[in-house]
Order: sequence, then C-alpha cells, then structure tokens
Amino acid sequence: MLDTLLRILALTRKELLAVLKDRRARVSLFIPPIIQGLIFGYAATYDLNHVPYAVLDQDRTSASREFLAGLDGSGVFERVGNLHSAQDIRTYIDQRRALLVVQIEQNFERKLQLGQTADVQIIADGRNSNTAGTASSYITAVVSNFNEHWRKDHGLPAAVLTSTDRAWYNPNLDTRWNMIPGLIGQLAMFQTLLLTAMSVAREREQGTFDQLLVTPFRPFEIMAGKAMPSMLVGIVQATGVFLVAQLWFRIPFAGSIITLYSGLLVFLLAAIGIGLLLSAVASTMQQAMLYALLLIMPFSLLSGLTTPLNNMPRALQYLTAINPLRYAIDIARRVYLEGAGLHLLSHDLLPLALIAAVTLSAASWMFGHRMT
Amino acid sequence: MRTDALQSHPRLRRVIALVVKETRQVLRDPSSIAIGVVMPLILILLFGYGLSLDVKNVPVALVVEDTSSTAMELVAGFQLSPYFNAQITHSQPPAERMMLEHTVDAIVRIPSDFARHVNEGSAQVQVLLHGGDANRARIIQGYVQGAIQAWNVRQAAQGRAMPSGSVSIQSRLWFNDANESHYFLVPGLIVLVMTLIGALLTAMVMAREWERGTLESLFVTPVRTEEILLGKTIPYFLLGMIGLALCIVSAKFLFHVPLRGTLPALLGASILYVLVALGIGLLISSSVKNQLVASQLAMLATFMPAMMLSGFLFDLRSMPTAIRLITYVLPARYYVTLLQTIFLAGNVWGVIIPNMLVLMTMIALLGIGSRAVTRKRLD
Repeated sequence: MLDTLLRILALTRKELLAVLKDRRARVSLFIPPIIQGLIFGYAATYDLNHVPYAVLDQDRTSASREFLAGLDGSGVFERVGNLHSAQDIRTYIDQRRALLVVQIEQNFERKLQLGQTADVQIIADGRNSNTAGTASSYITAVVSNFNEHWRKDHGLPAAVLTSTDRAWYNPNLDTRWNMIPGLIGQLAMFQTLLLTAMSVAREREQGTFDQLLVTPFRPFEIMAGKAMPSMLVGIVQATGVFLVAQLWFRIPFAGSIITLYSGLLVFLLAAIGIGLLLSAVASTMQQAMLYALLLIMPFSLLSGLTTPLNNMPRALQYLTAINPLRYAIDIARRVYLEGAGLHLLSHDLLPLALIAAVTLSAASWMFGHRMT
Repeated sequence: MRTDALQSHPRLRRVIALVVKETRQVLRDPSSIAIGVVMPLILILLFGYGLSLDVKNVPVALVVEDTSSTAMELVAGFQLSPYFNAQITHSQPPAERMMLEHTVDAIVRIPSDFARHVNEGSAQVQVLLHGGDANRARIIQGYVQGAIQAWNVRQAAQGRAMPSGSVSIQSRLWFNDANESHYFLVPGLIVLVMTLIGALLTAMVMAREWERGTLESLFVTPVRTEEILLGKTIPYFLLGMIGLALCIVSAKFLFHVPLRGTLPALLGASILYVLVALGIGLLISSSVKNQLVASQLAMLATFMPAMMLSGFLFDLRSMPTAIRLITYVLPARYYVTLLQTIFLAGNVWGVIIPNMLVLMTMIALLGIGSRAVTRKRLD
C-alpha cells in the first residue's frame, strides 16, 4: 500500500517536473486562464449599457419630449441622431449607426390627453436579434414607467392589473452573475484535458512508455501518477478564475467553498479521465492533440454557458450527458447563486463520478493491454 | 506551350511544385482532413440544430388562489399563449418546489383577493423569476408583462375598465422579422469554421514542419522564403474555401438563413478573412515552432476571441472601453460585422468597404510579419 503511494508520488513528481521545467510552459499554464477570466468576464454578458438610438419625432410636443427624456435618462440609451424623415431610418439602421430608431407618431400628445392609446414605433436592427430583443425589453420598461407617471400627473386611472416582479438568486438579472461562475469550469477544462491527452502520447512517441511498463509500476499506478499533475494544474487554474470572480468581479457567493471545490474535483477527474483515455487510444502526440481539440469544441459549445441546454433538441440533450463541462457549469452556477449544497447537486455529481470511473478504469486497462 | 511558359517562369514552377507537394500531404494526413472537413461539419450541425437563444414554451407555474371568472380569464391567457407552458397549482409551496428543482422558470401567483381588487380598479399578480439564467429570465419577464398588458387591453375593450391614455409599443425587428436566433448564430458559425481552418490548422501544420526539421531542409533548395509561404498558404486557402462552401450551402439550404447581399461580396469578405487567419497561423507557428504551444496559442488567440469578443454573441458596444480596444485588433470582429450585414441586411457598402479595408491592412501586416519571422530563422 505504502509502496503504491510512494510510486505514485514519484511518478507525479517526475510528471510535474516534465510539465513545469520550461518557463514558457509554466507561463502558458497559469497566466491565460486568469487573463481570459478577466477579459471574458467583461465581455460575456448579454446586458446592454450603451444602446445608440435615433429619434424620428413627428409630434414635437412636450409629451413626446418627456417620453424621450425618459429614454435619455435611463443611462442605457444614447441618442445619436434626430431624424427628419422616414427615409433616414434606413440609413441609420443599415449603416449600424443606431441599434434602434424610435418613431413617435403625430398626435401623440393629443391621443394621450384624450385617454387613447398612442403608438410608438420601435425599429430595431435584427442582425443580432438577441441584442435587439434585450434593447426592446429595456424600452418596454421605460414605457411602462412613463405611462405610470403620465397617468398620475394627469389624474387618469391607473392600469387595472400590474405585477410585482422578483427574481430569485439574481435580483437584478445581471447576466455576468451566471456567466463568470460558468467560466471557472470552461477555462480550467481546456488545458487540463489537452495536457492529460498529451502526457501518455508524448511518452509513447518518444518510446519511454514501454520503459515505464517494465518498471514495477502497475497500470493503475501509472494512471494515477499521470492524473495527479493534471489535477493539480486544473485546480490551480480553476482557483485563478475563482479568485478573479471573487476579488475582481465580486460575484456574490451564496454557497460553500468546500461544495464548489468538491464539485470541481469530480469534474476535473472526469475531464482527466477523458484525456487519459484519448491518450491511451492515440499513438502520437499529434493524434492526441487532435482528438482533444475535436472533443473540446463541442464540449464548450454544448455546455449551456452561452446558450441554454433546454433549448437544444432532445436528441442533442441526451448527447450532452457525456459532457463533463455541462455538469461543472451547472454546479458552479448553483453553488454561486443558489447556495446549493452537495445533496442538491447529486444529479450533477453522479454522472460526473460515473464518467470519471468509466474513463479512468478504461484508461488504466488500456495502459496494461495496449502495446505498440 | 504550357510547359514552355512554366519553364521560363522558375518561380511559378517552384510554387506549383510546393503546392502539389503540400496538397498531397494534406490529402494523406487524416488530421488535416479531420480539422478541415470533419470539424466544420460537426460545428455546422451542432450550431444549426443545437444552439438557440429563442425562448418558447417556457414552463411556468401558475399559482391560482382565486377561481373567479376574472382570474380564470387571466389563466386562460397564459394557457393559450405559445410562449408559455403553464402548470397550475393552487398553493405556493408546490410551485416553489418546482422552482427549486428548476422544472419551471417562473411562478405567477394570482392572489385569493384578485377579483375583488380588480373590481376596485387595482390588482396585482406576483411574478417570481428563476435568475439562474438572467438573459432568459429577462425575456420571460417581458412575456409575462405582455400577457398582463393583453389582459388589461381586453378588459378595457369589454368596457370593464376605464380607458386611460397610455403609450403602446409597436416593435419591428428589421432583417429578422421572425426573431430566429439562428439567423445570427449561423453566420457566427462561419467565422468559427474559417478561424479553425485558417489559423489552427495552419499553425499546427507549420509548427510540425519546424519540429521535424523538414522546413530547414527546404531552405537549402533554391526556393525563396516567400515561395515557401505561398506554397504553404495556397492548399490551406483552398481547404478553407471548401469549408466555406460547406457552410454557405448548409446556411442556405439546411437552416434557411436568407442571403440578402450578393455572393461575390460574401466570397470577397471570406477570402480576406481566410487570408488574415492564415497569416496569423503562419506567424504563430513560425515564432513558436512547437505543435503543442502553437495549437494552444492559436486556440487562445483566435478561436476563443472569435467566440467571445467578435460581437457574434455578445454586444461589443456594451463592453468596457479597455476590452473594446482589444476587439479592434481582432479580425473576427470585422468578419462578423461583414457576415451579419451581407447575410441579413444586404450589400450595405458603407459597412462593407471600411471593414474590408481593415482586413486588407491586416493581411499586408501579417504577410510582412510572417516573412520577417521565417527569414530570420534561415540564418
């Protein structure tokens, strides 16, 4: 037992030396996740804070000015032009000078005073329909605010039915709150998987793997010795991104750090298992790298980070069951925002543990049985 | 006649020889085929079918504590809406349990005194949103507001409520009337595929030649540096064009994304971008000369930014200034703008020309750069 442990530790030490001896390799392992965490943390948000818009005010009354003041004062909308005819709308939208054009009809004020419904036309650039939709929803909020004030100021009855909205876990519906926790798994997976996939393939290409097999090491010990360094690298990378989220972006953390790290540990084991299996299958470094890249891309795209999982067709959703990143992102978000404990995360942890168990045992079996 | 022409142009002959050699290498190397053809196909299918930001059939729990006809009218509004998939409960705890398990995205609670308040002229429903996905939650919030608004309008129309002046919004989404998210996701996919073939594949292949020392042996032949670079570029450029053809055909016929601009404009923009991506791939591989580092760098420098910083998913204008400055040096940003415009808006020259000029400048700079890096190692 002790021998096994000592052998694993010796192999781990050797592996770590091989990975970290080169200064460039050290830098390329630890700096990119932190920089990416910072940059993508800022970039990856669906919230808008600068929406350029143009106005075609065909009413030009105090009511229409009051309406526009509501937009200008929202802190989100920036007026980039006052249009004089409907022909100008096309220029502003086509040339991307404005994301939306607000068109206020004639008789806007009169209709309001008569208690009728006054129309405001919003023309949005649908080239990115998600952004346009978000901007329109901001306008809706400005409009209902205006309506409320207008009615109050003019002694009109308020709308019969209104709603009080509250959001659980993310009161201001800030998309950064669920993007940045997701980045922890996303950024840690890339290099962990690649590094693991290369580790055995490198030895095989250089012929040192056969030497390793004739030493007293058992396949299981080789597997563990190869998995340990990647695990350390993965944990350090995840911690880097976690610190960026905590110290720089100050994302509120509702759960416990122990739960988060337990989840990350199981996730990294699964990712490493997949990496080792690739490594066992591949015979050259190039193949290993290629297999890893071929997997990493669908893993990242189908993880639920940028587009929700339940928007995917059923068949594809089943396919994502083997994607460890999907579970890691769910764990990170739920621990962060919902403060979920381990018992609530079992539907994430169990599949991850299963992936880890299957891939790791398959990899160690292949180490013992596949000679090239 | 043709041979004569070639004989008298040794440069052309050498370049052609290199291209032939390189093409054979690509065809015989399964990894190039994997990245150049298999990966684009996988991405096309995943993107076209897998990714969607559309919010439809939202599961909501309706807590109906009031069973009066007034309340049921509101309930019916939710049940008939194509946006909602309403599940009715009669008390709050089961609804909250569904929310905790995240089987519903929102709870709409109609309190027991609802009808009474409606008669008094002011009623409220409570809306609870699951903030686990904030983008989705905000869209759902908009749908709920819409349902409430519709109820108010109906009440007023039936003469049960006093009409009162209010502003109503008529929204129109130009270029994408149906509000289909794959209209902008599929052009984004083309950017990713072109980046992959142009930068990642080239970086890996060139780095492998450096690693194996086969590039140095080329240097002792009469072939010039720029001829080597050209010989390397042309086959991968052609591979990129195959990827592009796959993407355009599937965008048009599989996913029915309209192409409102012209094909020449689309091809022109794509050719420029592939050249930029190739330039980056050459530059990376010639500077690091190691497959692993080159492929990581290519991923970090091209693929991830093409996804996160190009404006294809996330709005560039809302990023902080420092991050926005970074996006200006990324070619993907210009290509995304070009593609979204050419596909959905048409040939808007005011957008196309400036963006193409930037890509051309980048090609020139990268060409000079990779030549300098390659020549330096000759000495």
